[in-house]
Amino acid sequence: MRRLLAAIGGAALLLPNGTAQPAQAQAAGRPVVVASKPFGESYLLAEMFAQLLESRGIAVERRPGLGATEVAFAALESGAIDVYPEYTGTGLLALLHAPPMHDAAAVFDTVQRAFEQRWGIRWLPPLGFENTYAIAVRAATAGQYRLRTLSDLKAAAPKLTAGFTPDFIGRPDGLPGLAHAYGLHFAAVRPLSQALKYRALAAGKVDIVDGYSTDGSIARYGLVVLDDDRHFFPPYQAAALVGARLQRENPAAVTVLTELSGRLSAGVMRALNQRVEIGGESVAAVAASALSSLGLTKGARTVTAQPEARGSGFVAYLWQRRGALWNDTLRHLLLVAVPLVAGMLAGVPLALWLERRRSAAEPVIRAVGLLQTIPSIALLAIMIPLLGVGVWPALVALWLYSLYPIVRGTYTAVRDADPSAVAAGRALGMTSAQILRWVRTPLAAPGIMAGIRTAAVIDVGTATLAAFIGAGGLGEPIATGLALNDTRLILSGAIPAAVLALLVDAVLAAVEWWTTPEPLRAAARERAGER
Amino acid sequence: MTGPAVLIERVSKSYGDVRALVDVSVDVPQGACVALVGESGSGKTTLLRCINRLVAFDAGRIAVFGTDVLHSEPVALRRAIGYVPQDGGLLPHWRVRRNVALVPWLDGAADATARAERAMAAVGLEPAMAERWPHELSGGQQQRAAVARAVAGGQSLVLLDEPFGALDAIARSDLQAMMIGLRETAALTLVLVTHDLHEAFRLATHVVVMRAGRVEQQAPPAAIRATPATPYVSALLARAGVEAA
Repeated sequence: MRRLLAAIGGAALLLPNGTAQPAQAQAAGRPVVVASKPFGESYLLAEMFAQLLESRGIAVERRPGLGATEVAFAALESGAIDVYPEYTGTGLLALLHAPPMHDAAAVFDTVQRAFEQRWGIRWLPPLGFENTYAIAVRAATAGQYRLRTLSDLKAAAPKLTAGFTPDFIGRPDGLPGLAHAYGLHFAAVRPLSQALKYRALAAGKVDIVDGYSTDGSIARYGLVVLDDDRHFFPPYQAAALVGARLQRENPAAVTVLTELSGRLSAGVMRALNQRVEIGGESVAAVAASALSSLGLTKGARTVTAQPEARGSGFVAYLWQRRGALWNDTLRHLLLVAVPLVAGMLAGVPLALWLERRRSAAEPVIRAVGLLQTIPSIALLAIMIPLLGVGVWPALVALWLYSLYPIVRGTYTAVRDADPSAVAAGRALGMTSAQILRWVRTPLAAPGIMAGIRTAAVIDVGTATLAAFIGAGGLGEPIATGLALNDTRLILSGAIPAAVLALLVDAVLAAVEWWTTPEPLRAAARERAGER
Repeated sequence: MTGPAVLIERVSKSYGDVRALVDVSVDVPQGACVALVGESGSGKTTLLRCINRLVAFDAGRIAVFGTDVLHSEPVALRRAIGYVPQDGGLLPHWRVRRNVALVPWLDGAADATARAERAMAAVGLEPAMAERWPHELSGGQQQRAAVARAVAGGQSLVLLDEPFGALDAIARSDLQAMMIGLRETAALTLVLVTHDLHEAFRLATHVVVMRAGRVEQQAPPAAIRATPATPYVSALLARAGVEAA
């Protein structure tokens, strides 16, 4: 028991400061937590919010790239973050679940009142541009089928393969509504991630994609955006969404944020997005220059741009990022090791207990298994109201994921341990506890370790998603790279994550060998060979 | 004390509607070897397992060396009685010496290893075998180790559940000879379950023929051969090729 407490204590010490208590932080000196959703424009706007606040001497904590709308909003609602950029149309449809409206002012009015009333959350006056859905095709496709508007698409759609984001495919204000409004029937609809769809379109793998009207990639690939001539898409005005706590604790910060209202036109925003997504400039540098040219900062803050970033070799790039990469790797190891150790500390004793109360075993294990069926992003999102954003909710979610394979593997292995050895132990006068300690558990070691290894593999993989709730780790460069269309950034997270997965499995394989009783090792090797 | 080593009085046991044992009474005198014989389902193994309370009987009384088994704590009772299962039941992850030393070790005896080595010598296992893993032993050696384990704690009563059934004829014969010698030198009382009548007649001082949970006849081997009590016993002897005396 003492060792158990020491392990938990040690794990807690590894946690970085500041992420530990999301809920009750120090009121006055608390930094303003600025977040974004995981796509380029959201990163850029959040960075502008952050730098603007900092230029007025307000401390800021950045949480870029939070999951999706639901994750970011849940974080705002629970007070885990203070502000993030959102779009009025998304607020109306995805958060209020209200029917579509087509007048920009009416939409803003509606969301402003409803959010204030329901959650005490405030929409600051819009930033000045709309970023609505943009249905885009290659110029050649537009020429071939004479496409200019979405109405033109009706005849061509049966010959076209669509590549839409899963979000868009599912939302009533996405594909279902659009198809209904314009009578569209595509030859096929493929779900594609935000980051991949433009490349898939340019490569001819799909013929039509959903994008955002301010996406830099539209210009980069010379795409044609089809005009929404029946005004199906509601207005998506960008604005800062401010949580109740910030309004209460730091009204001055809210006032600073309103300085950006009405200052960003669609043209300005598209140009800024292009600098990040295509020009490869850092988000911080583009945000700084934008604020400076708007006259909101004095231009004192110069961020060294990284124009060489996309030109040099990948190894040099990794070397240049080594500091961040090292921190991400350490954090990733923490995200894997702590839940895994906690999963063993909880799962193995639970399974051993269940082995002695077998009537309870199946219901309990099945209940644990239900946790496994919750999609990882959803489970991470569920944690936000309880634990905020950052490391803690990720640790708990990953811990929950590790339980099932460990409990199931341990229980089955212990239950099925060599029946004749168990029977002999009993007949010769071993107590149940002695049989468990000296017979069942050592004979079950390979099965127990198999469960632990499965849990570890799940944790290494799922830990990359933890970046979407601000937990960091190697998922951070992956998520950011996806959002900013930066392949090298993606790889700089994905490759170390894969290496880490192999290393973790190799280490656990060694542990399995070490814990398997010597005479059983040959049998274990044979089983491994058969696989 | 000269009472019976095991006294079984009117013991019954049912599994649901199945009556595994019906009013069974058997005497096992000290120093005897009592063989329980009968076909599958006759109740012989169930009866054996009632003696060390691996099976909880419904009615009747069993006393071991004069003490009602229900007055003994089951774990202590089992440690006091040796047990040899059919497949040996050696713990595969323990070396032979540790396996043999199991009961004295459970009892916290300081000389558990020395006792194990003495027991191994008594069953004819070479000292070199002590360092082996069970799977490195032949079937006959494994059963010798299982017998050694059953007596290493100084048990004077040993229950054997078809101990040599899985062995080839030569190994079985060697083990039977070893058992006869061990019973005499160590003054053991044995209760042996077997389906092999030849084995029963070779080892036992008393044979108990069981059928459908009841005792058909119990008597010394010669008496059973001379005067089978029922047509069933006669038929059983004839089928097994045991010649009437």
